[in-house]
Amino acid sequence: MNYRAVMTIYGSEMARWRRTIMQSVISPVLSTSLYFVVFGSAIGSRITDIEGVSYGAFIVPGLIMLTLLTQSTMNASFGIYFPRFVGTIFEILSAPVSAFEIVLGYVGAAATKSVVLGLIILATAGLFVPLRIAHPVWMLAFLLMTAATFSLFGFIIGLWADSFEKLQVIPLLILTPLTFLGGSFYSISVLPPAWQTITLFNPVVYLVSGFRWSFYDIADVSVGVSLAMTLFFLVACLAIVWWMFRTGYRLKK
Amino acid sequence: MQPVISIKNLSKTYASGFQALKSVDLDIRPGEIFALLGPNGAGKTTLINIVCGIVNASTGTVTIDGHDHIRDYRAARALIGLVPQELHTDAFETVWATTSLSRGLFGKPRSPAYIEKVLKELSLFDKKDSQIITLSGGMKRRVLIAKALSHEPRILFLDEPTAGVDVELRKDMWDVVRALRAAGVTIILTTHYIEEAEQMADRVGVINNGELILVEEKAELMRKLGRKQLTLQLQGRIERVPEKLALYRLELSPEGNALTYTYDTRSERTGITTLLRDLGEAGIRFSDLQTKQSSLEEIFVSLVKEGA
Repeated sequence: MNYRAVMTIYGSEMARWRRTIMQSVISPVLSTSLYFVVFGSAIGSRITDIEGVSYGAFIVPGLIMLTLLTQSTMNASFGIYFPRFVGTIFEILSAPVSAFEIVLGYVGAAATKSVVLGLIILATAGLFVPLRIAHPVWMLAFLLMTAATFSLFGFIIGLWADSFEKLQVIPLLILTPLTFLGGSFYSISVLPPAWQTITLFNPVVYLVSGFRWSFYDIADVSVGVSLAMTLFFLVACLAIVWWMFRTGYRLKK
Repeated sequence: MQPVISIKNLSKTYASGFQALKSVDLDIRPGEIFALLGPNGAGKTTLINIVCGIVNASTGTVTIDGHDHIRDYRAARALIGLVPQELHTDAFETVWATTSLSRGLFGKPRSPAYIEKVLKELSLFDKKDSQIITLSGGMKRRVLIAKALSHEPRILFLDEPTAGVDVELRKDMWDVVRALRAAGVTIILTTHYIEEAEQMADRVGVINNGELILVEEKAELMRKLGRKQLTLQLQGRIERVPEKLALYRLELSPEGNALTYTYDTRSERTGITTLLRDLGEAGIRFSDLQTKQSSLEEIFVSLVKEGA
């Protein structure tokens, strides 16, 4: 195991993050605060409590998930796409590093960034609404697993994309709608039965539901199912990444 | 002597169907400077990229100091530094950061002292905190060399290192290459500047249309393929070469005042003695004569033409 290479990739990705710290940290924090001002205070005050949780507090796990999914995906996809785009990938490919080490460096850094952002948003949320975390260990476990899964997902997109447009399209056109429709801002039990069934095809439902359970002990689907689905997505992404490196997909001619 | 790189039956067909390499066999000796010459699209970069692990081979094996470059890629790649042809650099990194990054990727412990030494040798040290985007093309080329040297490789690939580089920098670069060779580093370079191969290389390989046409000691190559030209300045002008002298295939200059005779240094009889005698008999007198040895470039051009 070339630990130094892993730490080098990880360190360089984190350094890139620090160079753009303003847009990396400030913008998600700002937009989250806006959500709280609008949905939590302004509109939220007119919405009744959901299973004993105020609406402002209810949306906290969903908001963190929204940031976690989009930031993990965008960070990881950009992290690997950029060297492919400018050609510096040659160095990674010619270095004595395994696919696993490359993934660990890039995905590890992307996941770290989004976990940090998630925790910052959590702290920001604490300023607006009273927070209660029923299962802190599970909360962290879901946070880490989701960050890892979607960083892997982003890595896949970064390998697949052959233009900046494609790089943007998935987070924008797929991830954001799925998150909004995945019960981030409402309990899916408020939906008509037919839509509830359709919603179950949305993977984000399981992530948000499990994560919200770790906060308030309330869930749209059982925690076991959430956990199983999260692990399933993690393994699926790992398998795709493994296949990509094995075949040299879009990396080696 | 055990070759440091052993390439056997290496072929590459790209997905487009283009066959970039056709069954190439090549051994590189430890400590030598090997120049790979060939026109654009001949397969030079493909060959280098396969050895370095950037392109997958279709068939064949590559062994680096006894390590298979696929099965034992860690040991194999750790020995190699690569300076690519294109100026692939991370625009927003500093020179120091990007050079240190390369060292880390190759699993070497941090060594600011060594990085400093490399940067100083390449006259980059005063630019160490500059972002690469602010550097000129020549400086970027130096950065790429610094990156390749940062992990103390025993083999260095230089893919067209002096393309688009000014004279001063080219000189500096060859000084660095000479110093590396003196330190025992094996160097494989591709170049369009044939006089560089002529000056620098111990051996020369010529590749064309994916085939390695020839591998030869440079001196031997020059000797073997070296044609010489004898130019005779005439005292007067002549309108045409006398028919008696047709077998010498002399070339008459447009002005009619010089004759050029091309001969092969390899042959036992160069024909010079008889030519001069026959010229005298034909009444052609000359005021001066000079001989010229063909350069590697001319050898190269004639080889590639023959191969086409």
